[in-house]
Amino acid sequence: MFRYTKKTLVIEIVTILGTAILLLPFWILLMGSLKTLPAILATPAVAPPTQPTIENFIQLLSPASASSGNIWTGLASSAVITAGSIILLIVLGSLAAYAISRSTSRWSRRAYYLFLVAIVLPTQLGTLPLYIGARNLGLVGNPWGMILIYTGMLLPLSVFLYANFFRNLGPEYEEAAVIDGANRYQVFWRIVFPLMSPATGTVAILAGLIVWNDFFTALIFLNGTPYQTLPVVMYSYVGSLVSQWNLIFSVVIISMIPILAFYAFAQKKFIQGYAGGLKG
Amino acid sequence: MTQMMTQTEAITTGGRGRSARGRSRRGAYHVKLGSWWWALPALVLMAFVIYVTTVAGGFFAFTNWSGVGAFQFTGIQNFVKIFQTPELIGSLWNTLFLAIGFLIFTNVFGLLFALALNRGLKTRYLLRTLVFMPVVVSPIAVSYIWKFIFDYNGPLNQILVAVGLQKQNWLASPTLAIWCVLIVMVWQNIGFIMVTYLAGLATVPVEMEEAAAIDGAGPWRRFRSVVLPLIQPSVAIATTLTLIQGLRVFDQVVALTNGGPAGATQTLALEVYQQAFTYQQFGFGAALALVLFVLILIFSLAQQWATRDRSEKGA
Repeated sequence: MFRYTKKTLVIEIVTILGTAILLLPFWILLMGSLKTLPAILATPAVAPPTQPTIENFIQLLSPASASSGNIWTGLASSAVITAGSIILLIVLGSLAAYAISRSTSRWSRRAYYLFLVAIVLPTQLGTLPLYIGARNLGLVGNPWGMILIYTGMLLPLSVFLYANFFRNLGPEYEEAAVIDGANRYQVFWRIVFPLMSPATGTVAILAGLIVWNDFFTALIFLNGTPYQTLPVVMYSYVGSLVSQWNLIFSVVIISMIPILAFYAFAQKKFIQGYAGGLKG
Repeated sequence: MTQMMTQTEAITTGGRGRSARGRSRRGAYHVKLGSWWWALPALVLMAFVIYVTTVAGGFFAFTNWSGVGAFQFTGIQNFVKIFQTPELIGSLWNTLFLAIGFLIFTNVFGLLFALALNRGLKTRYLLRTLVFMPVVVSPIAVSYIWKFIFDYNGPLNQILVAVGLQKQNWLASPTLAIWCVLIVMVWQNIGFIMVTYLAGLATVPVEMEEAAAIDGAGPWRRFRSVVLPLIQPSVAIATTLTLIQGLRVFDQVVALTNGGPAGATQTLALEVYQQAFTYQQFGFGAALALVLFVLILIFSLAQQWATRDRSEKGA
């Protein structure tokens, strides 16, 4: 067995220091958001504010300010688009993966390969024609179009995660339910759906993070529309502020709070999802 | 081999040919679960969003389409232009520099943190959670924090002045700016690569390391000869993922420098965006995207090859 020696203690201290240095930008961000602009420029970045103020957040979010409308609608459309994509990815992805992993037809294997290859295929090339196609269908600049586009892009990941899960699950529970007289819809809804919740959690976390944080696709499809997601709102807002770091820090913190709150609650699931899920 | 193939074929075609009767005869122990058409909505949506658009992108790469109206076939003219334009060659090199630098530094730091936090330390669970934290926030938000850190009056220059060095114009310097972009990319992804390596390290038996220690192997020798060969699959995955992610870099560049100063941090993904949406040259943008696509595809295939190698070893 490993013993906790003096050397381990040294490694522990060094690692704690390394982590502290790594997290320094978060500290600078938090301290800066609580200072006034002159205080940010005059005091060391790591020093706590002498007179902490939440004036920056008030200035950003109060209905009277010019920016608050954009930030609130940005939060709302990020939430709607992320939630909608997660729901569609769970429903369509699990149904497809289930049909593929329980069917013995050779078509199901071919369909599965199509999904697997799509994981590897870089999305850059398709983005431009996707924009033209979506524009012709009226899907550009509205949240429903974005939900469909994100779902289509992330379905391979969702199908891959669910198919892995179903393969390890085995059909025994479902067969027992069929023998007891359940039809295939009841089997899926009553037996499979509750059983697959660990895979659903992973799909929701990975897809949710990707959609919530996505900037490239959102910039192309939503820039300048009333449904800009938070990263796009932040981008155009910061572009309009010239070195007003107090406000920049505050808008950055506001954009981080939802995701960090989720992370605080489910950090284990986040880490597991990344360690296992993105290997595909 | 041939025999086996015909046998499976016979079974599958037989099963398909008289499906209803064949299935019901086996029904006692083989029940039908789900229906094939359940996969259809996902398949159709994915095929449109990914396959149809990618094929269309490959097509437009050989045209001079502006995004609206008529277009002409121009053959390989777009590609000739790409490789004759010094700025575009420069952005190709910048992209490769960032991808390879990202691969090296993220993997080195990620592996160091993974080795330190694998076992033994009392605070390891808390530290893992903290090191992973940057991964979950958006790259664009992270870039704005760093933009302040690199600012001329920012904390980095404050430190330089405090230790008696000259202030640097980090983001405005043609040589330093690309390193700034690289630092932000690496910083945000150390935690991601760390958990990839931790998953690999969890499969290394403690006994093996102890046996090597008893045989007199020092820490470096133990790592080199025992641990590293056993986490080879994680190394393959982590290096390929970072390389691909590095080739696609967009958010950090847009937020930190927008390609400047004077194209010193211009990357392929940013160039694709600017050509197609700022200059309305869809065909040319698609040609650039095709170059990026081929680059990424080559490295993705390398990853497929590396992971297949693993499963053979495992079997």
